Amino acid sequence: MSSLTLHDVRITGAEGSRNYINDEYGALSWLLTKDHKRIAILYLISITIMFLLGGSFAVIMRVELLTPEGDLLTSDTYNKMFTLHGIVMIFFFLIPVIPAILGNFILPIQLGAKDFAFPKINLLSWYLYIFAAAVGLYVIITGGVDTGWTFYTPFSTQYSNTHVIGVTFAGFIAGFSSILTGLNFIVTIHRMRAPGLTWYRLPLFVWALYATSVVMLLATPVLAITLVMLMFERFTGIGIFNPAIGGDPVLYQHMFWFYSHPAVYIMILPAMGVASEVVAAFTRKKIFGYRFVAFSSLGIAFLGFLVWAHHLFVAGISVYSALIFAFLSFFVAVPSAIKVFNWTATLYKASVSWATPMLYILGFIGLFTIGGVTGLFLAALGLDIHVHDTYFVVAHFHYVMVGGTVMAYLAGIHYWWPKITGRMYNEFWARLAALLVFVGFNLTFFPQFILGYLGMPRRYHAYAPEFQVLNVMSTAGASILAVGYALPLIYLGFSLRFGRKAGVNPWGAVGLEWTTSSPPPKHNFEETPVVTWDAYDYPAMMKAVGETQNV
Amino acid sequence: MSDTTLHAHADEHPPHHPFLQHHFEDLGQQHEASTLGMWMFLTTEILFFGGVLCAYWIYRVMYPAAWAEAASLQNWQMGAINTIVLIISSLTMALAVRASQLGQRMGTVVMLVLTLLFGGIFLGVKGYEYSVHFHEGLFPGAQTFTWHENPALAPQVQLFMAFYFTMTGLHAIHMVIGAGLLLWFIRRAWRGDFGPEYYAPVEIMGLYWHFVDIVWIFLFPFLYLIHSAGGHHG
Repeated sequence: MSSLTLHDVRITGAEGSRNYINDEYGALSWLLTKDHKRIAILYLISITIMFLLGGSFAVIMRVELLTPEGDLLTSDTYNKMFTLHGIVMIFFFLIPVIPAILGNFILPIQLGAKDFAFPKINLLSWYLYIFAAAVGLYVIITGGVDTGWTFYTPFSTQYSNTHVIGVTFAGFIAGFSSILTGLNFIVTIHRMRAPGLTWYRLPLFVWALYATSVVMLLATPVLAITLVMLMFERFTGIGIFNPAIGGDPVLYQHMFWFYSHPAVYIMILPAMGVASEVVAAFTRKKIFGYRFVAFSSLGIAFLGFLVWAHHLFVAGISVYSALIFAFLSFFVAVPSAIKVFNWTATLYKASVSWATPMLYILGFIGLFTIGGVTGLFLAALGLDIHVHDTYFVVAHFHYVMVGGTVMAYLAGIHYWWPKITGRMYNEFWARLAALLVFVGFNLTFFPQFILGYLGMPRRYHAYAPEFQVLNVMSTAGASILAVGYALPLIYLGFSLRFGRKAGVNPWGAVGLEWTTSSPPPKHNFEETPVVTWDAYDYPAMMKAVGETQNV
Repeated sequence: MSDTTLHAHADEHPPHHPFLQHHFEDLGQQHEASTLGMWMFLTTEILFFGGVLCAYWIYRVMYPAAWAEAASLQNWQMGAINTIVLIISSLTMALAVRASQLGQRMGTVVMLVLTLLFGGIFLGVKGYEYSVHFHEGLFPGAQTFTWHENPALAPQVQLFMAFYFTMTGLHAIHMVIGAGLLLWFIRRAWRGDFGPEYYAPVEIMGLYWHFVDIVWIFLFPFLYLIHSAGGHHG
């Protein structure tokens, strides 16, 4: 009988044992590591730095928008601010954050594997990320870029006199980092599962990362070639996208969004995976409709490729193709709604534990729902034309990306923090931060729905005076949000030294990662686990715990 | 390594093959993983080339006359020679995989060297074509594009040439990377790394090489063999 069974809810691990952190010492042992857990830590540090950088651009914008006049920044500087905010947050934070940090650390352990199939490629993808970030930082220091994160032609190819080639090159390199991560995930999920770990026994986080990886593999190369053509065009001025000599700027938009709309699902699918893990762990129940949740991830990944032109409704595409893309866009709501309904059904009549990860996920479910439903407004042709390029759009995608992805990331980092570091954080401060993030987020972005509906356009540093009250509310909310984001940096850092020891399974959760010590040993398990149970088999575990107590 | 896991398995299995990486259970799993990895990578490559081919095709539909005119400026004989050279190189690559499976060390080395040789011939011919285009003023760009034989079509001919250089250039970069890999593989084959138990690297090198070959099989007709319905001829 293996020492690892489902019903072992081990409270303490072997103290002072060797783990991935104290196995080797020295900077090189980290910078040249092939251990997926150490690479996850490298990503954690670098992505956090990029988040703070991207956030600082947002702070500058919110301060500018306190007053209707463009008094703090010139319009040129403001253009650079929202461009850099978008590029840093999307390419260097939202896309890698959950896969590269939480996925890197947890996925092989959830599979019962010693590492990814290609540990060297995993490290290479981190170096590509760092190289891309370095190019991006160079561009920022030497004057920035002002095209918006979408690099629309012909502005980006002919008129902008900022560092378009540098920043698109950075995006190109970051894309390869993302492709290699996705490739590693898919091969590992196919080929490295522990004995007995069938597809339907996989945690839903694995299904979500699988779907994410499919999108990374199929969409990112199209962005890469599009950016190559953009750079070539800007370099030589030959007119691939220049209407004056036969090119078509709308073709650029099609090709850009063929990647960038699926990229939204690269950001949200892993978040949904985290939500499934946390909901099950803190309700002590099996996820309602496991297979529906699993396949809805693949459904979202598939449908995500068929909706890109809803970004082009006012770009001069034909009414008929716009109708078709609107129709297909509505369809994406179906698998997304399946997930929300199944999480809700799991919560029904459960004894919900109000631990920090669960607070974030409850926030996630609500905010993602608002973000998703307002996405349906935007998919409707008539309304989209009214609110196109207004703050309504800004509010919509921040509800999905920040209210969705960032909330779920925070849930995940709190949920797995004891496993990653072996320490517990302070629950009081963590709950307070979760509350501040929720309140701050809504105060920041809900007024922007109203602003957009009233007609305030995005991407301007000045606005009409009647919009000031709502903008002041939004900036006030952003301040609260900033405090909410800063707190975890403090108390999580504090926990590294002063946190109480977490033990093997502080949440009493089911899953292979909760059967190995915290922090895990270098090769994750003392012996390869044999899986004989379904994912989230909390009923069986509760029963086993009850029997133990009765004895 | 102070690795209990490794030792646990060392008890159950015969001594490890020198090229078995520690995180795999056996060579079979390692082989399957690396093969699947290469197929996944080639999938991204299809999308990468697919993007530019899609753009090429849209403009071809928009400007059929210019596309036919520009294709007639290509030297189809050179393209045909290169097509044959690449197909032969794919054959020698396949024979290299076969030789490594059979444990024929010299056979593997010879076939890999031949593959590299044919790849080199391809790149040489391509370089010659590039230099001719440059002298003819067909390289896209404000200073370099000086072709004026048909002024009405010149902007779109330049657009075609932009696709020509982007697509054949990306293809050539893949060939150069493949040639670099071949050099490394020749050294490994010479050292006797490969054999009936361990030939996966040669096999996935082959997959890559065949893929690059297939890309050319598409590029050749798309760039050299277009004739418009109106009857422009090369």
